[in-house]
Amino acid sequence: MAELHVELVAADRKVWSGAATLVVARTASGDTGIMPNHTPVLSVLESGPVTIRTTDGGTVVAAVHGGFISFADNKLSLLAEVAELADEIDVTRAERALEVAKTDSDSHAARRAEVRLVAAGRRKAA
Amino acid sequence: MGAQLRVYKRRIRSVTATKKITKAMEMISAARIVKAQRAVAASTPYADELTRAVTAVATRSNAKHPLTHENPNAERAAILLITADRGLAGGYSSNAIKQALALTERLKAEGKEVVTYIAGRKGVQYFGFRNLSVTGSWTGFSDKPTYADAKTVASDLIEAFTTGAVDELHLVSTKFVSMLTQSAQDARLMPLKLDEVELSDSRPAKSEIFPLYDFEPSAEGVLDALLPRYVESRIYNAMLQSAASEHAARRRAMKSATDNAGELIKSLTRLANSARQAEITQEISEIVGGASALADASAGSE
Repeated sequence: MAELHVELVAADRKVWSGAATLVVARTASGDTGIMPNHTPVLSVLESGPVTIRTTDGGTVVAAVHGGFISFADNKLSLLAEVAELADEIDVTRAERALEVAKTDSDSHAARRAEVRLVAAGRRKAA
Repeated sequence: MGAQLRVYKRRIRSVTATKKITKAMEMISAARIVKAQRAVAASTPYADELTRAVTAVATRSNAKHPLTHENPNAERAAILLITADRGLAGGYSSNAIKQALALTERLKAEGKEVVTYIAGRKGVQYFGFRNLSVTGSWTGFSDKPTYADAKTVASDLIEAFTTGAVDELHLVSTKFVSMLTQSAQDARLMPLKLDEVELSDSRPAKSEIFPLYDFEPSAEGVLDALLPRYVESRIYNAMLQSAASEHAARRRAMKSATDNAGELIKSLTRLANSARQAEITQEISEIVGGASALADASAGSE
């Protein structure tokens, strides 16, 4: 089966890399699914969860805040200023951050906290 | 114990205490260099991918962007100087400051007005003490900069550039060449020259042929989002390199301080020994002199 190579890179570290069959990410123009042999694309990512279906049937979910997705020659690079894998997310901290952001009506921070919770599977996608 | 000997003993004790401190600082810095180097290495995949993307957009479209706009009559130049927050790092901060001052002179000779931005307390102190004007400063993260720190710094500078407050931006930082060599250097950061974009290991990015990307939402839109990130990542990389250099410079300074303290203890011990010996010799000669005086006195009375 065809596969693509994924590199999920945050500003200060490499978060995840490996082979995948499908990657779904939220770009500026909506959710985009990328499968092997997709046409080369370079687009801007929104804050949102990224879902990677690995070749062995597993799923990797990560919360990504601001960045890019670039795909060429079956190589997909996900660049993000901040990226966290679902199991790295501190759910209680994210919930607390969401509360704080809501009371301060800081929509960016609220969005970030929400994305974290969605990625951690604690909330339905908004 | 004689007065002289006591003074030597006291100095030896104080130098020994200093040596312990400098030795500890040396070891802490040595451990932190490794960490800082690892941080530099960890940030390179992002920087490389970002560089690739920027080059791809630049080669595949003719999109123009304010950050690449070259003003032919540049009048105001900004300098971002990265120094340490704390001292005891040998010439680290002063080398960076010297480099910045030399650059200031050069820009002034070209007829440009220079505004200075500083990251790191040492630079702020230097400029503050000499009443030199500082437009913006950030402190508190020089030994362990995070991406968020770089982003804060970059956003102010990008704003200054896009609003036209400054026409170009130079970055003065310290490059970590090796454990023993760190060199202060300056580079022009903005306006960006897309054909000069380099990968971190300085192999030319041009050698690659880029596929025909679909840009979403548009080439301009992508560039709009990419270039500020690129500037941030360059500043972040400079900060990480400077942090590694700071630790390396501090380790070296503390190593020579420890060595000097060892030398000092050795020579003070020699002096203390000879003072003790002199004391003993004097006591013996006093006793001998006293005894013979007694003997002479008793011999005379017979």
